[in-house]
Amino acid sequence: MIPLSWYILVSAALFSIGIYGALARRNALAILMAIELMLNAVNLNLVAFWRYLTPNVVAGKVFVLVVFAVAASEVAVGLALIISIYRRRHTIAVEEIDMMKW
Amino acid sequence: MDWQDFLSVLPFIIVAGWATILLLVDLWIPANRKGITAGLAVLGLIAAIAAVISRFGIEREAFDGMIIVDGFSSFLQLLFLGVGVIAIAQAYDYLRRRDIERGEYYILLLYSLSGMLLMASAGDLIVVFLAVELLSIPLYVLAAFAIPKADSEESALKYFLLGAFASGFLVYGIALVFGSTGTTALSGMVAAIESAETTPILLLVGSGMILVGLGFKVAAVPFHMWTPDVYQGAPTSVTSFMAVGAKAGGFAALLRIFISALPGAAVMWMPLTMWIAALTMAWGNIAAISQTNIKRMLAYSSIAHAGYIFMALPAAATPEVAPEAVRAALFYLVTYAITNLGAWGVVLAMEKAEGSGLEIEDYSGLGKKRPALALAMALFMLSLTGIPPTVGFMGKFYLFQVVIDANLIWLALVGVVTSLISAYYYLRVIVVMYMRDGEPEVRSEALLNSTIFITAFGTFFFGILPGFLLKMINQVSLLDLFR
Amino acid sequence: MTIDLVLFFGLALIAVVAAIAMIASRNAVYSALFLVFNFLTVATLYLLLNAAFIAVVQVTVYAGAIMVLFLFVIMLLGTERESIGGRIRWQMPLSIVLGLALAGELAYVLLRNDIVQGPLADLTVEFGSPASIGRVLFNEYLVPFEVTSILLLVAMIGAIVITRKQREEGK
Repeated sequence: MIPLSWYILVSAALFSIGIYGALARRNALAILMAIELMLNAVNLNLVAFWRYLTPNVVAGKVFVLVVFAVAASEVAVGLALIISIYRRRHTIAVEEIDMMKW
Repeated sequence: MDWQDFLSVLPFIIVAGWATILLLVDLWIPANRKGITAGLAVLGLIAAIAAVISRFGIEREAFDGMIIVDGFSSFLQLLFLGVGVIAIAQAYDYLRRRDIERGEYYILLLYSLSGMLLMASAGDLIVVFLAVELLSIPLYVLAAFAIPKADSEESALKYFLLGAFASGFLVYGIALVFGSTGTTALSGMVAAIESAETTPILLLVGSGMILVGLGFKVAAVPFHMWTPDVYQGAPTSVTSFMAVGAKAGGFAALLRIFISALPGAAVMWMPLTMWIAALTMAWGNIAAISQTNIKRMLAYSSIAHAGYIFMALPAAATPEVAPEAVRAALFYLVTYAITNLGAWGVVLAMEKAEGSGLEIEDYSGLGKKRPALALAMALFMLSLTGIPPTVGFMGKFYLFQVVIDANLIWLALVGVVTSLISAYYYLRVIVVMYMRDGEPEVRSEALLNSTIFITAFGTFFFGILPGFLLKMINQVSLLDLFR
Repeated sequence: MTIDLVLFFGLALIAVVAAIAMIASRNAVYSALFLVFNFLTVATLYLLLNAAFIAVVQVTVYAGAIMVLFLFVIMLLGTERESIGGRIRWQMPLSIVLGLALAGELAYVLLRNDIVQGPLADLTVEFGSPASIGRVLFNEYLVPFEVTSILLLVAMIGAIVITRKQREEGK
């Protein structure tokens, strides 16, 4: 049997890679993708917890569906924002969108 | 599930439903008469206020514990709805002036408010997460509302990217807490921790990550980096709403999760919250000193005030003090909301059409030209510093008292010393207004003036006679989840 | 070594490598495709965890819809190339430290003591089927479900509000 901790470890690794990507990449689209990876890690955690700890309660699964919906709405707003910024500035590199002090 | 359950979420249903109806109605309102949409939005809020008042004092759980109705949620909902009414009144003339008047502004504002209402009565971590998103996503869009303006799009992008990043932390933390306690219901978590059926390490990391995620939302150091840029770049009417509403929403979640659901884990989060509070107060006030732009200064000021409210969390780790700590935090949230809405209102009045008039220097001579407005601003600045006879003094007094009761003398000292530091930059605004000569261009718009008048009156009135507010707050308590 | 273990290790390795490749890739299109790859592997892990419904939703919604949207935007804007060169000064070291610290910390504490011992509980056949999830969504989880729908509506309005301005300006 695969121990639960291994799933949590894989999820933690994916989450950490996501954090690294969100902080280190400079392309707004790439940052958004890294954030999606973080949410994906959350889902893996939730499904693993559900299967191992509370297989007879659906809370974990419902939570995964909620995270899907939230991810979709964040992407919708984020991509709209990125498109509208790109149209005027022809760049989506975050350090070029930086007129105020960061 | 019965009709009582639906009554429990009636304020939320009214605001979210009304926003959806307005979305359709707005199509038939001509572009130059969007004031009608604003008026209708306020009507919806008044109906929601009535709904909250009608069930004041009732305590119950609804929808299998998804929703909690108690004094805490009703009080916060009243605060949010009041903030909403003032925010709409402040926005109306400002949007016309900047030529970004569109009906969707009020509709998105209503949706954001509905998220805050839901947050106040969330009884399950899934609902907390959804409420955070529901209050944030409309705010991202509102920050982008002036979008041909470069600073608005920059502000929106930064707010969005950091907000989404923070919700990643929040939801990861919630997942770990779920893994540790086996439930997402707040009442279930209390029971699980009580019976020691948890995995402590997951609970520790999980609650830490929830703290990080919500720390971003309330702009606590070290998760505050986005605040000055976002507050400066967003349209000022949005900033006003964001600074007050989003922060109060974040604190609603923090207080509910940590004080009512995780008191059993207090040993873990108490040191963390203590340091966050101390750092936030210190850094927010020190960084504010060197600001020349009023929006940036108020942004750092709002960071500092997040630190003061944060003090309630480590204080609440002492069980006997916890109920008082919650009340002190709520009282401080009210003082913060009244004073800040007023101060941002003055900033709105001073801002010129092209977005200039935002330097502190531009306030020179305001004392001569518009004595009433300058007096109101002076009152707000005194209240933010915490000098009597303003409500800010009462708020700080109450909060420090609670912190001392919890035996955190040094934290209270940090609070007092940083308040003294803050006097420097708040009083500078007053000095500039009265001592320097200048010819400021000031707007005089009826709605805006009345919001400034109301908030100034509140700042003064509750500063002298806080009895009414205190009486209301004394009836507030968190629903005891472990029964 | 059972087949489960082999599968798990293989999938976990692929998922992590795909994630790293996604971050390391300088080309946004490659990044997006690596992310799709990662999502598909994680979906297979869900199958291993007996969560078939979630796996299907992951493939159709996440890998299918959301990532296609990403690719569409990348190609629409033509910004797939990311110029190499100066990064944001303080973020690079900070992010490495943060990422490593988090991963190390979690690995340390998790490998020390395992959380669940003993065999897994058996699942009934119909449990987790779309029908049962649907029933739960409309009963115990009615509030989150309805709020989710409002959230999606808000996101839709938001996206339209943000992009519609462009058109008016262009006129």
